[in-house]
Amino acid sequence: MVMSWFWTLCVFVSLMYSMPNGTLSAVSTAATEGAGLGVELCISMAGTLCLWSGVMEALRQSGALDTLGRLLRPMLGKLYPQHQSDEQIMGAISANLSANLLGLGNAATPFGIQAACAMAKHTGGVASDALCMLVVCNTASIQLLPVTVASLRSAAGCESPMDILPAVWLSSLLSVTVGICAAKLFAALERAR
Amino acid sequence: MNLLTSAAVPLILTLTALIALSHQIDLHSALIKGAQDGLTILLRIVPNLICLMTAISMLRASGFLDWMAEICAPMLKPLGIPPETLPLLLIRPVSGSGALGVGAELISTYGPDSLIGRTVAVMLGSTETTFYTISVYFGAAGIKKTRYALPAALCADLTGFVAASLAVRIFFG
Repeated sequence: MVMSWFWTLCVFVSLMYSMPNGTLSAVSTAATEGAGLGVELCISMAGTLCLWSGVMEALRQSGALDTLGRLLRPMLGKLYPQHQSDEQIMGAISANLSANLLGLGNAATPFGIQAACAMAKHTGGVASDALCMLVVCNTASIQLLPVTVASLRSAAGCESPMDILPAVWLSSLLSVTVGICAAKLFAALERAR
Repeated sequence: MNLLTSAAVPLILTLTALIALSHQIDLHSALIKGAQDGLTILLRIVPNLICLMTAISMLRASGFLDWMAEICAPMLKPLGIPPETLPLLLIRPVSGSGALGVGAELISTYGPDSLIGRTVAVMLGSTETTFYTISVYFGAAGIKKTRYALPAALCADLTGFVAASLAVRIFFG
């Protein structure tokens, strides 16, 4: 529904804004060109996107999820002390994080939901601190290789679409750190009240 | 730095191939299967992109986007965020395919190697569709009281936008 409103707003504002500003004919051209642009973009993205999806699938089949999960386990224990000894929950959380790191969003969500459901048992519909942490971590992007973005850039004629990697890592790291700190801070504030 | 970034892609491809072979994986069919999955994803986003690119191109042509950027500049400039990225900031937490469409339009308008184009790409790569993720997780777990999850997640988003602008200035400025 959000997108329907957004779309309506876009075309309505374009019409209203262009009339007094004399850009009406440009808007009319842009509408048909924009639609074509969407298709062109997808075709020029296709190669890069498919190649990287293939690479990620090969890594997944090689057991990269398990390996990453094992490496992340000690750190995750610190982040979710409440569930540290729960094999099932910790397994799901580390699989969720590993899949997110590899950019396998479709694989990450079921693991995350599995962990979320286990955490939400017996809490009577109230989110626990651990569940809030899990959700906050999943709303921050921590993808090691931003494949879709890279293919967008190469579609626009970029010669080295991956040159933004260090910037993406720095930015993701800052964002997820602030998310975790905010969650911890809000939890502490709630307890203090 | 330059060598590292230009070596990254061939290095990752080679490493993946070696890892897959050492695990006795049928590398070729794994690549093909992944590529097929990629096509499925593309097929799902094509209709979205057509809709969105139409709407955003119209807004751009009307001159409204430039006007909005001008108005919001005093708010965004102090945070180091390029005002031209405003449409992306608004849609990013709400819709993934929406953000992709808006981002694509910005990148092709300003060029993938411009400061704005790079900032847009880093923003897309380091933030998520917050509202969607929250509703999926809490919906599946049957949570009614979400407590501080949304404000904390939005803090992370805002940081992502500011940090993306900062990181691009550090590495490419």
